Amino acid sequence: MAEYKGVLTYCEIIEGSLPSITYEVLGCGRKLADGLGQELYAVLVGSEVGDLAQEVISCGADKVYVIDDQLLKAYQTDAYVSVMEKLVKQVMPQILILGQTSVGRDMAPMLAFRLDTMATLDCVELAIDSDTKLLLQTKPVYGGNALATYTCDSYPQIATVRDKVMSPSGPDSSKQGEIIAIDAGLDPSAIRTKLLNKVKDEGEGIRLEEAQVIVSGGRGIGGAEGFGQLQELAAVVKGAVGASRPPCDNRWIAPSRQVGITGKIVSPEVYIAIGLSGSIQHLSGCGQAKSIIAINKDPEASIFKYADFGVVGDWKKVLPAFTAKLKELLPE
Amino acid sequence: MKIIVCIKQVPDPQASSTGTTVDSEAKKVIMPQGTPPVMNPYDENALEAALKIKDLQGATVTVISAGKNLAKPVLRKAIASGADDLILLDDPAFDKLDSYATAHLLAAAIQQVGEYDLILCGRQAADTDAGQVGSGIAEILKLPGVTAACKVEPVDGKLAIERVVSDGIEEVEAPIPAVITVSSEIGELRYPGVKEIMAAQRVPITVRKAQDLEIDISQLKKPSLVNLAAPLGRTAECQYIECETPEEAGTDLAIKVRKAQLL
Repeated sequence: MAEYKGVLTYCEIIEGSLPSITYEVLGCGRKLADGLGQELYAVLVGSEVGDLAQEVISCGADKVYVIDDQLLKAYQTDAYVSVMEKLVKQVMPQILILGQTSVGRDMAPMLAFRLDTMATLDCVELAIDSDTKLLLQTKPVYGGNALATYTCDSYPQIATVRDKVMSPSGPDSSKQGEIIAIDAGLDPSAIRTKLLNKVKDEGEGIRLEEAQVIVSGGRGIGGAEGFGQLQELAAVVKGAVGASRPPCDNRWIAPSRQVGITGKIVSPEVYIAIGLSGSIQHLSGCGQAKSIIAINKDPEASIFKYADFGVVGDWKKVLPAFTAKLKELLPE
Repeated sequence: MKIIVCIKQVPDPQASSTGTTVDSEAKKVIMPQGTPPVMNPYDENALEAALKIKDLQGATVTVISAGKNLAKPVLRKAIASGADDLILLDDPAFDKLDSYATAHLLAAAIQQVGEYDLILCGRQAADTDAGQVGSGIAEILKLPGVTAACKVEPVDGKLAIERVVSDGIEEVEAPIPAVITVSSEIGELRYPGVKEIMAAQRVPITVRKAQDLEIDISQLKKPSLVNLAAPLGRTAECQYIECETPEEAGTDLAIKVRKAQLL
């Protein structure tokens, strides 16, 4: 009977290039493969993506599988799950890792059930158990109040990794590897859902994931207009505007601005939390910030447990003065 | 239209902000004393999605929940909000099921219901944060699955869906029947009025045990929980800025933050 061998990494592509999460997935994959004494495989899925294979090899993949097809231009569940199913059955890896991205969250569970195995999502640690050689999959549970470690005894063991946690692979052009083209073999009639349109978030300027300074608002902001004031501060400090869940649910700001477990994981130098209580679920998103500044009228707000500087007061009065003084003090 | 909504009972996640403890020996998270059981918040959103459809074009909404010693008053709130039927899969064997078992169990119950056009689930549970059961049900029942929906509308015999992705919103079309997992952006579950709460008391609840479902749960276990630990929390010593007025505090905060070279 054929044996499962190797670590396969799903190398997500965004607008024709590899995002930081893909380098992190490759870095993590390489460590696991070395730990098992096995090969690292990578897969690129999309349309006209073959050029990226060499970059993936330079990041440590021994073999890069390229599944290139017009029908794979944009992510669609049925199409991508189908080609990944085909690839996994061909390659038979022990481990499959993806990023905890919109694609990863959608694809990993479906693929796991398709292959009658299990996935663990949002892992913050992956390691090989020295005795069993099984993958130890550690993820936050109860909103981040505990860390649970799981193992799965069916192959492949599938895990998605949280953004900004794993060490990224540094490209090394001297590395060698094999590039293997795989035919997608898609039956268009088997793609049951149709992507009609994508409406991209209007956000101009710095992306949340890359911002060094984030000005974030919570339920206390009270409405969309309040976020205008946060935008003003963000402009002064050259940062990006984020939010906790309630403002996004209430449509005071775009859902893509959400920082938290189901939103974005950010690691800025400074995180300014305004009218934001600081739930554990939200902390999962912003807890990696180097410094946190909090403004909240509730002295019991959890955010003060994690903040380096705090003002207990009405943000509507505190913020304008804060912004004005910073404008004065900061160089142009 | 026949809609099935899967709702999980969880310890109130809002309670966890005041501090939970982790019993690593027993591999349990201990919630603060008095934490009530509630409907999983994302599953409430799924129910709201169903009720929005019921408002617009009529539907029968059947809620299914699986667990051990389920709190009937908590889940009856689903009926008070507008669901028509409630099926509880309540059995000691259904305690602390993983996503694999849960998906198979719910799929079996759904197949017993027989007729459905749409199955709705929350995108993840507030305790396990696993985020897999909806997709699992779709796969097991061989139905198309769409995740993280913030809008679901039946139009011309199909489903017009908007879903949340990291950089915006996707507009997706799915056939009927389908399984859709729902995100909080779809809207909060409506509050029932006193009349609805009283009327809900009289609606019979169906309770099913493991033997009623012809499913051997013990065979359906995939992941093993090998460790549970407390997280390496972030701690800080907050320097509070205290002044006569909030405006002064804002100014002083700017000065201190600049001095500390944070900005």
